[in-house]
Amino acid sequence: MSGETISLDRTGSDDGGVAERRAERIAAAPVVLEARDVHKTFHIPDQKIQSFKERAVHPFRRQHFRELRALNGISLEIRKGEFFGIVGRNGSGKSTLLKILASIYAADSGRIRMAGTMAPFIELGVGFNPDVTARENVILNGVMMGLTPDQARERLDAVFAFAELENFKELQLKNYSSGMVVRLAFAVMVQADTDILLIDEVLAVGDASFQQKCADVFHGMRDSGKTVVLVTHDMAAVETYCDRAMMIHDGDVIAEGDPDEVARSYYRINFEEAAANPEAVAMSEDALNAADASIDAHTELVEAELLDEAGDPISNVEQGSPLRFRALLEAREELRNPVFSFLCSSRNGTHVFGFRRTLTHDEDEFTVVAPGQRVELNGTVANPLAPGKYVLSCWISRDAERGEVAFQAVGLAAFMVYGGGQPLGLVEVEAEVEAHTIEGDRA
Amino acid sequence: MSPEAAAATPELEVVHGPRAIGGGRRRFVDLLLLTATSNFRKAFFGTALGYAWSLIRPLLLFGVLLVVFTRILRVGSGIENYPMFLLFNIVFFSFFQETTNVATTAVVAQEGVVRKTQFPRLVIPLSIVLTGLFNLGMNLIAVLAFMLAFGIEPMWSWLLFPLVLLPVMVILTTSVSIALSALYVRRRDVGIIWSVMSMALFYGSAVLIPLTYATGIVRDLMLINPLVPLFVQAHKWMIDPDAPGLLTVADGWWHLLPAALIFVGVAIWSLWFFNREAPRIAEEL
Repeated sequence: MSGETISLDRTGSDDGGVAERRAERIAAAPVVLEARDVHKTFHIPDQKIQSFKERAVHPFRRQHFRELRALNGISLEIRKGEFFGIVGRNGSGKSTLLKILASIYAADSGRIRMAGTMAPFIELGVGFNPDVTARENVILNGVMMGLTPDQARERLDAVFAFAELENFKELQLKNYSSGMVVRLAFAVMVQADTDILLIDEVLAVGDASFQQKCADVFHGMRDSGKTVVLVTHDMAAVETYCDRAMMIHDGDVIAEGDPDEVARSYYRINFEEAAANPEAVAMSEDALNAADASIDAHTELVEAELLDEAGDPISNVEQGSPLRFRALLEAREELRNPVFSFLCSSRNGTHVFGFRRTLTHDEDEFTVVAPGQRVELNGTVANPLAPGKYVLSCWISRDAERGEVAFQAVGLAAFMVYGGGQPLGLVEVEAEVEAHTIEGDRA
Repeated sequence: MSPEAAAATPELEVVHGPRAIGGGRRRFVDLLLLTATSNFRKAFFGTALGYAWSLIRPLLLFGVLLVVFTRILRVGSGIENYPMFLLFNIVFFSFFQETTNVATTAVVAQEGVVRKTQFPRLVIPLSIVLTGLFNLGMNLIAVLAFMLAFGIEPMWSWLLFPLVLLPVMVILTTSVSIALSALYVRRRDVGIIWSVMSMALFYGSAVLIPLTYATGIVRDLMLINPLVPLFVQAHKWMIDPDAPGLLTVADGWWHLLPAALIFVGVAIWSLWFFNREAPRIAEEL
């Protein structure tokens, strides 16, 4: 396998069939980690009785428990050499699942089976004891992974070299900075050389060089055929590393399979829920109000909404899917020759694009909207917007007295565009651009 | 994947989740020894006086109690080799007292390990017992030197200490330690309650004065305490061969039955309790 050309980016357009070969190899590999119908419920006391004293003082108080169903029958199968992502919002149950796979929590029911050795990396740690030296912690951890103490000692130098902490071996861990602890923990995990790695949320921490190191390690793991289960919020990581992914929501698997698809459903759920929370609603209203500019209040907005394909109102739009909207205006005064200028701006006020429309009318006819009459605006707009927050507004102008024009701006919708990747601008465009070396032109 | 590589893949095995024991016997023993040695090293290399501290404490206690019982209360004056009786008992009891008190908070103190790894939970309190044993061994060497210097002739019955007294004490200490360490996860005032109770046991275990000084109901009550027979027998085997033995003091073996039942009951219950609690410890923390 080492002789193979390695594609650094799975999503790269031309990787010479490496991705296909990898997919075939994994499909033919045996299952090394399997979960069948795993259930887990936490009983969270409303008021925890922490001591015998409290028990004695309130002998008859019944302890009330709130049931938190963390996992409702999760099943999964992971093959040897597979890089498997588990995503979900906070509290979705994904970390609980990982802890059950790692034998830290006990499942209420269901079965876990595993082949080979396993190393967990949970909450940025591998289970260190702060009161003993780094050296002893590393040895203890090695033994925990199934090494003999002698093997663990032989591994010491490699671990400290990887962590770049050779000069701090004899320091008690409590005297380490948090960054040093994470580096050491990561080094221990990387050097553990187990068949299966269970990793919970690691990419988002550390300085740039540590993150680069993580990235290199993950590429290395992929290439060397390690089986990795990665729990993360970072969809870029899922899209880059994972062969397959699963999304857990409220303890259920709601998407499984292609990492890009799973990442999209993650964004969808994430933004739908974010939009439903009162803070987000208030923010949208602020943004809309800011878009209103009443120089000449001649029109009133009756209603305006963004719609999905089925015609149901939505507040967020998936990247690339067209913006459908409908708005109803009512004229307060007579509008002569009104022009409707639509403007899409980013939240910081930059105009991204716009277009103008006049009332549909017969030729040679004045367009006049009588006071009290309503105007409906609706249609579909191509959506080149990069993920982010935007406001759609409409400027209505009319011919005023003495040949002047009067304007009024109305905010129609504040919305969010969701999608993966890190945008490099406000719009995404089709780009057929290549970069390649030129044969025989070396200096 | 080549057929050889596929064949090299281990079979799927059922994962049982967190447990008191588990992950193989060799791993369990290795983890136990490593944890105990690092506890020991931490205790003795962390402070300026190091190991001396673990001896100074019982010695100071011994000095104070010796003055109280021989100069002020004058109880000790009538007992053969009283200072050595007192010193030996204090060191022996300290093993029980310190180990159980340290073990109480041990699982919670090792939170980082428990919450992030499939560390066999029982290793934690057991390692504390093992560290206590190292400590007791070191202290007993010093006590032995004192005893010889004090003029006590070496006796064959000393051999019964490692063969009988120590194993019984270790079983009792281990049982209490593992039960307390699991109980403390749920109820945090166990630590305070036990520090008071273990102090009460110090006065109720015939550590300071031989049991023969107690009579009637007091003696019968004290005999319920499973620690008492150990100290009665230690007096005879270690210090004074002429001191009355357990059966004489108890006035019939049936008086020893409650202590024996408590001993066995605590041992069985604590193992059952710890085993029951072990899978949920990480969640309760």
